[in-house]
Amino acid sequence: MGDVLAIAEQRDGKIRPVTHELVGAAASVAHGLGGSAHALVLGGVGIGDGAGELGGYGAEVVRVGEDAALEGCAPETCAGVIAEAVASHSYELILFAATALGKDLAPRVAALIDAPLASDVTRLEVESGKLVVERPVYGGKAIARVGFAAAPAVLSLRTNAFGTNESQAEGRTERFAVVIPETVRSRTVEFRAAESGSVDVSEASVIVSGGRGMKGAEHWNLLEDLRSALGAQAALGASRAVVDAGWRPHGEQVGQTGKTVAPALYFAVGISGAVQHLAGMRTSQTIVAINKDPDAPIFAVADYGIVGDAFGVLPKLTAEITALRSEG
Amino acid sequence: MDIIVCMKRVPDTETRVRFSDGATAIDRDGVKFILSPYDEFALEAALRTSEAAGGEVTVVTLGDEDSQETLRAALAAGADAAVLLRGSVTMDGLATAKVLAGELKTREEQLVLFGVKAGDDDQQQVGPMVATLLGRPCASDVTSFEVRGDVVRCDRAVEGGTEVVEMDLPAVVTLTKGDFELRYASLKGIMAAKRKPLDVKDADLGPGRLVVERLEYPPERAEGRIVGEGVGAVPELVRLLRDEAKVI
Repeated sequence: MGDVLAIAEQRDGKIRPVTHELVGAAASVAHGLGGSAHALVLGGVGIGDGAGELGGYGAEVVRVGEDAALEGCAPETCAGVIAEAVASHSYELILFAATALGKDLAPRVAALIDAPLASDVTRLEVESGKLVVERPVYGGKAIARVGFAAAPAVLSLRTNAFGTNESQAEGRTERFAVVIPETVRSRTVEFRAAESGSVDVSEASVIVSGGRGMKGAEHWNLLEDLRSALGAQAALGASRAVVDAGWRPHGEQVGQTGKTVAPALYFAVGISGAVQHLAGMRTSQTIVAINKDPDAPIFAVADYGIVGDAFGVLPKLTAEITALRSEG
Repeated sequence: MDIIVCMKRVPDTETRVRFSDGATAIDRDGVKFILSPYDEFALEAALRTSEAAGGEVTVVTLGDEDSQETLRAALAAGADAAVLLRGSVTMDGLATAKVLAGELKTREEQLVLFGVKAGDDDQQQVGPMVATLLGRPCASDVTSFEVRGDVVRCDRAVEGGTEVVEMDLPAVVTLTKGDFELRYASLKGIMAAKRKPLDVKDADLGPGRLVVERLEYPPERAEGRIVGEGVGAVPELVRLLRDEAKVI
């Protein structure tokens, strides 16, 4: 008992970096429970080559299932295969990354194996032999500590909330034969990539968010310039007012009716700081607010604030950061 | 085509939640309750689909007696019938899903819609769980869909773009924000809602296996500081981000 399984996430035949954090969290909680961490890697033929690298993040055993039908990780197919794999070993916890894919897969697997599911977990530890699991509720206005009256339990872990540990260790790779369910009633027929190739707001380590103070969609180039100066791990975010006005897509919305985020660095530009927005970003490591109104509630949660006009401050900030990064 | 919309009554998203030390639930006193925002999208999507193609929309919720008010609001917006499965909902989404699946199994509707998540627990799980329990396909995070014969074609908002998924009916779809802003109920709709059928059944939820041990407020952030005013403050801000916060 005490073994923990981390479900790896792949795209285009490569294990995604969110998996490293997930495996690290699995290893740390398994250690506390006196068990070991396993990783499960599913994908097309070849996905298992190099999957042993997950050992470097804490997986003792890397279980690999390869089949052409698993290439696109169709959730209906994958859920069945994961449920089978889970049943063949006694696990205490099954961990998914709380990405779009993980949040879609985890409930299906939980239903198949009849296990309770805690989504978007932000803290997972063992304290004096007892499991401590915390997750935000009410869009982040409260934190619930939850317990399970069943084993295994399924958890999805919020990205960027756990960090990674790297070593030179290799995991022991174990391949297993995949049985693909015969009746699959859903098919992915098309994928349309979004125009910006940038990272999703829920996974970004830096977020540049704009609010109504940006005065219109036509001024977003100022935020995009800052975002691109901050590098490939930076994403654009938006307040609810901005999305409701149709200036930006809902996929970028941060707050209770959008995404809840916890990046290392969060810029709130022209965002006053409504309760539901603060709830979605207050666990960010460092918050910078730029707002004309010195009394805006956003300044109460910001580590650093500049009172001023975004249209003046943004170009200067972009230039300074560009200069700093080119030195560096 | 007949459609089911599963919905939940939740505190208004503008509410400041309050609870006492060691509490496992929020203080409901003085809190305004609304239809969960994502469920509004599901309801509007159902209403538009039934208007275009004919058929009835039935709204179903699992909740306390007060949830009747939420169901009546959905009837006022245009739903044809409502079912209240009366019971106390916990954070254990699978327990909720089992009750809903038990009810849906007895019905003929080919399309079941959910909001992608509820505005209180934010668990984002009941829709796909119900689909899995019923052995039906499910598409989540859907912004728009179209029914063509025995197939429903969905646009899903995923990281990096839009995925188009086709599912054989019967199927389950969970809605996120797209173009389905819920209409306002007309006076006529509000009057008509009073005469529409609202079935109440007792639900057997059993004890949840995911238990809230306690609620806490999120940690207060340390007092921040105003670096300065306007463009002149930028160099100091950048210095602080580099040397003090060490984030750039």
